[in-house]
Amino acid sequence: MSDLSSNAAIFAPRSGPLARTVDWIIRHPRMFVFLMVLPITLWLGIVYIGALIALLIQSFFSIDEFSGIIVREVTLKTYGELLRPYNLDIIVRTVGMAAAVTITAAIVAFPIAYFAARYAKGKWKALFYIGVMLPLWSSYLVKVYAWKLVLAKEGILNWVFAKLHLTWLLDGLLSTPVIGGNSLSVSYIGTFLVFLYIWLPYMIIPVQASLERVSKDLTEAASDLGATPKQSFRMVLFPLALPGVVAGSIFTFSLTLGDYIVPQIVGNSRLFIGQAVYTQQGTAGNIPLAAAFTVVPIVIMGIYLWGARKMGAFDAL
Amino acid sequence: MMTDAVTFRGVSRHFGTVKAVDEVDLSIRDGEFFAMLGPSGSGKTTCLRLIAGFEQPTAGHIEIFGERAVGVPPYLRNVNTVFQNYALFPHMNVRDNVAFGLRVKGVGKAERHRAAEEALELVELGGYANRRSGELSGGQRQRVALARALVNKPRVLLLDEPLGALDLKLREQMQEELRKLQRALGLTFVFVTHDQDEALSMADRVAVFADGKIQQVGTAEDIYRRPDTRFVADFVGSSNVLPADLVGVGASGQWISLRPEDVVLDPAGREATVTGRYFHGRVTKLSLDLAGQSLTALIPAREDAPDVGETTKISWDPARVHVMEQGA
Repeated sequence: MSDLSSNAAIFAPRSGPLARTVDWIIRHPRMFVFLMVLPITLWLGIVYIGALIALLIQSFFSIDEFSGIIVREVTLKTYGELLRPYNLDIIVRTVGMAAAVTITAAIVAFPIAYFAARYAKGKWKALFYIGVMLPLWSSYLVKVYAWKLVLAKEGILNWVFAKLHLTWLLDGLLSTPVIGGNSLSVSYIGTFLVFLYIWLPYMIIPVQASLERVSKDLTEAASDLGATPKQSFRMVLFPLALPGVVAGSIFTFSLTLGDYIVPQIVGNSRLFIGQAVYTQQGTAGNIPLAAAFTVVPIVIMGIYLWGARKMGAFDAL
Repeated sequence: MMTDAVTFRGVSRHFGTVKAVDEVDLSIRDGEFFAMLGPSGSGKTTCLRLIAGFEQPTAGHIEIFGERAVGVPPYLRNVNTVFQNYALFPHMNVRDNVAFGLRVKGVGKAERHRAAEEALELVELGGYANRRSGELSGGQRQRVALARALVNKPRVLLLDEPLGALDLKLREQMQEELRKLQRALGLTFVFVTHDQDEALSMADRVAVFADGKIQQVGTAEDIYRRPDTRFVADFVGSSNVLPADLVGVGASGQWISLRPEDVVLDPAGREATVTGRYFHGRVTKLSLDLAGQSLTALIPAREDAPDVGETTKISWDPARVHVMEQGA
């Protein structure tokens, strides 16, 4: 202990506010983590969760039908209104669309993700990432309007069908009740195609990530044990990639559920949940009903996420 | 004449300009424990994958029990593999892993579960059927992988460095068990390893690989005592490869192999300078300089082993000197 000079050689003396701060952090790691997490917790807690709670409360208020003034008394009247056939149709339509988009996105994304995870190497992999991510960098509105032009009666798609003498096929498709219409740009088929295009990257990336983690040895082992390619897909590859598919479906499903711009630009005049919220809180001034509409996707997503968690979907995020 | 289990005739597997396997001829007999030994990148694993069907040869013929195997996918071959990292299915328990091969062949649930339990008994993992693979130790996973392959009653079992990830003690135990199992079942085992001790102690015959070619095939004794090439002499047991002139055996221009343990300290022997001394427990390794050629000797560990810089006298039994066919 008497020989301090040898100690000083190992631990150089520290001074100055920065060094003292670092020393303090090293001695109080938990306190440091707390301080780091505090701002984001406050933001999430107050701005995000708080706003949601305010919204939830609004949905239990009702509107006076004569004066249009919000009655601040807790009632289930607004929810009763939500369950009227007209409003229920909106919910069913939106959930149906979200489900169709999600399932199709999964089917389309899987082979792309599989190719990227298994075969793409080096610059092909880079090309894959650019190809998938690049559309996300351009404006959402630009893409939707571009699609409106592509799908319009005078648009390029109609022209291609005409050139291929397949106009009858397109007309046949458009004459299908409910999902058809005058042209693709005013039909549910059009809305569906645009949703599919816009949200596809959100499906491809998690599926690719989950496939990336299924080692090639496992499919080889399945094959070695006598599984045909079909069997090894069904019994090994797909179950192991499922968490990624579920993770991707959370994105595609919830994004479709809440969107109000795509069906407004491409589609017919029948409303989706997002549009219903928009009109109720805007032109109609019925904030309680708008809030009640907003609760629907939250509840659906809550149930969906609970199920997804059970399937281990969050291991792949 | 008995049909060979596996036959390679002029088999090559090239990846672009890389000749992973280059014109290999090989026959593995029915019921033998055959080891493929070589450094990494020597082509031994590719040969195994060619037998399993994961790779197809770019040239040559492969036969499994006399049947043409080229173009036959892995799932149609009566050959099973124990993978280096075991490749157990993480989403299934041990029973379902072992029963997988029977399940894809359409064997009923009760029967395949019974067969799986039996196979697990065979590898002494009786009570583990309900465990997940993540809950098992390395040695236990190894056994599950073995049971999963054996339950299909393959005619050839391929093992790709199956003991590489185990610690020394467990590895020695598994070596013994694998050998016993192979004898009891009378199966053909093809065992890939880079560990020469493992290959020599377990296999009936050993093929030594280097640069995509087989250097030598023979019994462990053959390989060890009578290496054909300098590579084999050096890779298996780090033999001393010396010019025949220096040793006085064989013709001038030929090369000989002399095992380090065959070099003895002998006061009536030839003079050599000690350039290094390494204590290895049971033995001491001496690096020697004999008339300008470096030479290694393994001598029983003793207190008075000559130290670095000293001169000592060495000799060897000329009968232990092996003249190699290919000196290059």
